[in-house]
Amino acid sequence: MSTVAVRIGPLLRRLGGGERLFKACLGVLAALVLVALLAPWLAPQDPTVGDFADTMAGVSAQHWLGTDQGGHDTFSALLLGARTSLLGPLGVVVFAGLGGIAVGLFSGWRGGWVDAVISRVLDILFAFPSLLLAILAVALFGKGLGAPVLAMAVAYLPYTARLVRGLTAQEKTRPYVAAYLVQGHAAPYVAVRGVLPNIAPTVLAQSTVNFGYALLDLAALSFLGLGVQPPTPDWGAMINRAQSAVLAGQPLSAEVPVAAVVLAVVAFNVVGERLGERSAR
Amino acid sequence: MSLALALLRRLAGTALTLLVTSFLVFSSLYLAPGDPVSFLVRGRSPNPAELAAIRRQFGFDQPFLLRYWHWLDAAAHGDFGRSYLFHENVAAVIGARLPASLLLVTVATVLIAVVGIGAGGLGALRRGSRTDGAVLLMVTVGAAIPSFAAAILLRSVFGVKLGWFPTIGNGSGLLDQLHHVLLPAVALSVTFMALVTRVTRSSMIDQLGREHVEVALSRGAPRLAVLRRHVLRNALGPIVTVSGLLVSGMLVSTAIVETAFGMSGIGSLLVQCVDQLDFQVVQALVLLVVAAFVLVNTAVDLLYPLIDPRVARKETR
Amino acid sequence: MSGALLDIEELRVELPGAARPVLDGVSLRVAAGEVVGLVGESGSGKSVTARSALGLLPPGARQRGRVLVDGQDVLTADRAALRGLRSGAVSMIFQDPRAGINPVRRIGDFLTEPLRLTHRWPRRRAEERAAELLAAVGLPDLRLDRYPHELSGGMLQRVMIAGALAGEPRLLLCDEPTTALDVSTQAEILALLGGLQRERGLGLLLITHDIELAAAGCDRVYVMYAGRIVEHAPAAELFGHPRHPYTMGLLGSTPPLRGPLKRLEPVPGTPIGLDQAAPGCAFAARCAHAQAGRCETAVPELLPLASGRAVACVRAVELAEPAEEVRS
Repeated sequence: MSTVAVRIGPLLRRLGGGERLFKACLGVLAALVLVALLAPWLAPQDPTVGDFADTMAGVSAQHWLGTDQGGHDTFSALLLGARTSLLGPLGVVVFAGLGGIAVGLFSGWRGGWVDAVISRVLDILFAFPSLLLAILAVALFGKGLGAPVLAMAVAYLPYTARLVRGLTAQEKTRPYVAAYLVQGHAAPYVAVRGVLPNIAPTVLAQSTVNFGYALLDLAALSFLGLGVQPPTPDWGAMINRAQSAVLAGQPLSAEVPVAAVVLAVVAFNVVGERLGERSAR
Repeated sequence: MSLALALLRRLAGTALTLLVTSFLVFSSLYLAPGDPVSFLVRGRSPNPAELAAIRRQFGFDQPFLLRYWHWLDAAAHGDFGRSYLFHENVAAVIGARLPASLLLVTVATVLIAVVGIGAGGLGALRRGSRTDGAVLLMVTVGAAIPSFAAAILLRSVFGVKLGWFPTIGNGSGLLDQLHHVLLPAVALSVTFMALVTRVTRSSMIDQLGREHVEVALSRGAPRLAVLRRHVLRNALGPIVTVSGLLVSGMLVSTAIVETAFGMSGIGSLLVQCVDQLDFQVVQALVLLVVAAFVLVNTAVDLLYPLIDPRVARKETR
Repeated sequence: MSGALLDIEELRVELPGAARPVLDGVSLRVAAGEVVGLVGESGSGKSVTARSALGLLPPGARQRGRVLVDGQDVLTADRAALRGLRSGAVSMIFQDPRAGINPVRRIGDFLTEPLRLTHRWPRRRAEERAAELLAAVGLPDLRLDRYPHELSGGMLQRVMIAGALAGEPRLLLCDEPTTALDVSTQAEILALLGGLQRERGLGLLLITHDIELAAAGCDRVYVMYAGRIVEHAPAAELFGHPRHPYTMGLLGSTPPLRGPLKRLEPVPGTPIGLDQAAPGCAFAARCAHAQAGRCETAVPELLPLASGRAVACVRAVELAEPAEEVRS
């Protein structure tokens, strides 16, 4: 979302997608998760070991998607890379979601000046693009996934918080909330047990879309050499390493992870948008 | 009177936002593990004189807020400390690389404006046609392609395979620079182009259906004039509103594009300084991007009444 | 009635995907100096009829018939001729000035636009003209640099009227010109329109859903239902002796301008949409006098009766007498 939130789903659907597209994207996501879980058993070779006799190879029976300039098997790296490539965004979305829900519920429920101050602070956070915050975190805490994931969670938090805040303020005026309160339930209890389940689907939908953008941001970070470090396989890091192969006129080892990133982002976007439409009904 | 008051209030809000963001950027140094001085000189062996200079600059014996105040005061005067990587003032290091990045962002902005508004407008005018389908396809594909992917693909096809454009460096002289900057600018603009196209298209579709457009046509105004004076003119609001997001997003993305194309600019500088532990430069660059976002948004807010006079009245109330 | 300003002959307009034509065999005339009413519920096609005089038909529409303005056929006119017509002989006043005047441009821009863009007048001259126009509609002190949102609805409708007068039109099409205004300003705007019409000898087509208003202000009235003219008569005749059951229904569902207030009887049912087609009289389904076997089989022709009127109802003659008794 530091990069720009363009809603891909509705557009694809207007181009003739529809329910089939949604199901296909859901299938892609399921396949991604499965691949990430089973990667060590699925990968035909160890992608951290380079075969210097066979660098920048094309598609062959031995290397299904070729090798990079270090002779690493691209197919195996792609499978194992799915793990870090999905784990990072998952961390971002979980932290941003939990934080955003807490802040948004509190702000929307309390209203008044507390709400005003929190909203102002969130506005200020919007000035920090997520990728920039992730880069700053690397500068402070060193390369890797941990610090950037937390920093990006901070950058994504305002989006969730603002959504939850609006929904809470709206939900709070509904009769069932008053009914809970009249029965003597404490406000935090009502907010968490009564209000939260009603807004959870919308938050889930937003988090799904954000997952795609977080994946994109983290891939960019790894592409810059600041995220996941070799030899750990990661899509962004793969693209980073493949640059010399691109210059040598053998772009396959770059194209494969790029395609994986694009496919994942589109799938998360389509599924998230559809979930959002469903919960809006 | 009340207009001046509204202006003053808006500017005060901007100043406050800048103050808070700069404070956050300043205090981020103290989040770093360990002692700030040794953090700043990590990986280098500074002589005692340099260490003393750092201590003097930051005034580590003073209270925190006072340190911030001195830092801010220096920053306001263009003094962002010293780069230990380049052995130069941070301002000079950034200043040397800023023009190249500004050229990149400017070319990308022109591309975004021309293609985004052009394609979006075309889609709106030919709504539902094959042309519109092509525009929507472009938006979808553009939005799904991250800038590093665009950079790799463009470099591979137009740089390596076809050899039309240089694959590395900044070039010298205006024409050569433009030649070097074109592919990076396209890579930088793809995502944002998709955004502007989509916003333009939906905003113009909204305006095309308005009655005042039919009224203008019913009074014999030429079609092209109606499109310009009523449809595009009224559709500008949402398009201009995204420009704050656009500017900060592009400045951050220069890191990706400049790195991918081996260009020298503030983006590649940011990556290099993170990589080689030159924190003061990183801090200054973060501040630059955030300030750009805040200032562009303020400018958009202040100029908005020119785009929609109805807003001016609401604010002065 | 040669020399009619507006002469619509057998106009048929079809939209793709619609079950019935939007307009079917509509014929209508407006002569110079004449005020003609066009009455019907929303969706009856009255706005499409008026817009056809400007060559402004909905996109994708197929049309047949003729629309003559000043003897020139609008439907076959080229772009330049159409622009000349729109910025000259014919002007339209739209229902809602808030929606009809671009909110982000000054009213001076609205008033001078056709003069400057189509007639190529210099700015100064166009602005002088705009000031005269504002004076003519009773807003002599209004500055040209004001924005629409700074004006009340009534003032803005006056601006709309001034804008319509810019090209010295001879035919004024008024599409529900008072519907969007509060009751107190409605009468003012109507009086203004009436005054302008008499002063300038304009032909005026008043489109309204309010049959009493049409009867009170017009010389002749056309009643439209589902894209067809169902009754046409001099206003006094129509008001006193409606012949078409639909007209009777409309009169019964409007509060009278004069006289004691009777119970209002709405026309039962809803008008048929574009997605429905009726083989016979489109009104039969809602008509209290419909007869099985007669009304649903064939579309009734618009047949002339005595005293310059015409009715499209197979039972017009037999219904005339009892209807008379009810009225008196």
